[in-house]
Amino acid sequence: MCLAVPAKVVAIKDAMGTVDIAGVTRDVSLMLLPETKLGDYVLVHAGFAMQKVEEKDAEETYALMAEMRGAPRTVDKL
Amino acid sequence: MTEVKEKLTKAEERAFAKELVQKIGELAATTGRKLRFMEVCGTHTVAIFRAGLRQILPDSVELVSGPGCPVCVTPDDYMDKAIAYAQRDDVIIATFGDMLKVPGSKSSLNEAKTNGADIRIVYSPMDSIQIAKDNPDKKVIFLAVGFETTAPTAAATVLAAEQQGITNLYMLSAQKLVPPVMEALLNDEEVHVDGFILPGHVSVVTGTGVYEPVIGKYHVPGVVTGFEPLQILRGLYRLVQQVVNGEAKVENEYTDVVKTEGNPVSMAITNKVYESCDTGWRGMGIVPLSGLKMKAEYARFDIEQVLPLEVETVTKKTACRCGEVLRGIVTPKECPLFAKACVPTHAIGPCMVSVEGVCAAWYKYGQGRFEYGK
Ligand code: SF4
Repeated sequence: MCLAVPAKVVAIKDAMGTVDIAGVTRDVSLMLLPETKLGDYVLVHAGFAMQKVEEKDAEETYALMAEMRGAPRTVDKL
Repeated sequence: MTEVKEKLTKAEERAFAKELVQKIGELAATTGRKLRFMEVCGTHTVAIFRAGLRQILPDSVELVSGPGCPVCVTPDDYMDKAIAYAQRDDVIIATFGDMLKVPGSKSSLNEAKTNGADIRIVYSPMDSIQIAKDNPDKKVIFLAVGFETTAPTAAATVLAAEQQGITNLYMLSAQKLVPPVMEALLNDEEVHVDGFILPGHVSVVTGTGVYEPVIGKYHVPGVVTGFEPLQILRGLYRLVQQVVNGEAKVENEYTDVVKTEGNPVSMAITNKVYESCDTGWRGMGIVPLSGLKMKAEYARFDIEQVLPLEVETVTKKTACRCGEVLRGIVTPKECPLFAKACVPTHAIGPCMVSVEGVCAAWYKYGQGRFEYGK
């Protein structure tokens, strides 16, 4: 039920945004993420934008790979 | 994300997953025992099964599912209440679709619908505002179930309804909170876990700090992960690493969307409308401060205060072992009804009803394809 999908914000009007999820557009409320900007990727859950998506995953995977092969831990997570 | 950054190729992903599994095995073996990690998120449950992670992990690491499916943990008495409201002529129920098949003690919303109840499936709680506008002579009740991820969407809907002067929209709330139920599991002598795969999308809202008190108090590692197989494996590696190093801290392996502080706007909106309360979980009874109820200021949106109903819940005696499945004490295979009397098309317990239910995942991804339970 907590399933959420990333989507690109293609239009904003007042507290509502339009997002593109794999070619399908949907209206989402921006009440929970008022700082949303056009072109942002956001995580959408139950009709609301919940958080901005920042693509750090590949970077982190590479860092962990390096770490497992003996490099010191670089990214301090918290 | 304004520019598209480099991504791993499929081949790289596969190679790295293999390397991670091997490292996880080597590390875990140094403890000389079997490590048990629990996921407390239904979306993780499905992701783990779909990727077949249980099969590729070494014998020294066991994954066990916890109470992560909101539909599954919602007890009979809530469903009985929802059905009782649905049966009234002056009520329209708005709900996420997965609630329809969940059995109450006598019936289900689906049955009520067949018998004429007006039940509408919505994609967002906000959709219930439009239903309320279109049906001014009816009371529209949204079934507000879910965890920390869903609570702010219901709370925001209440605030929007207030702002728009809507007077016929109500919530039947049974929102649940993850950290208190983790504590309940850790206090349960039958449950043994060496660490938690912390829920990705709950953490998007709450941030990572909410887990620290329980992780610290019980000295059990916790790692927030995403839902891709590689992300889950990365989380597992961190968990094993913590166990081996004798650490117990909250780590975040899902920094794409999970920020340390979470989403403060969402938290503030939830806390404006809701406050924590003791609440019942299927199979676990009442867990202190593990639920949310509407604050007195919003009582006029709370259907239980506006229109209280006395509903009798009869405890049924069935062989369904959902209560134990939800605590990770037994696997679905140990339930005598699994895949016999209880299948997704004829589910006996909620763990088979919901697509995120543990029994449904075992059935869907296990039947004839993998051998589980090693
Ligand atoms: S298999 Fe069915 S009856 Fe058995 S525990 Fe799961 S949901 Fe309950």
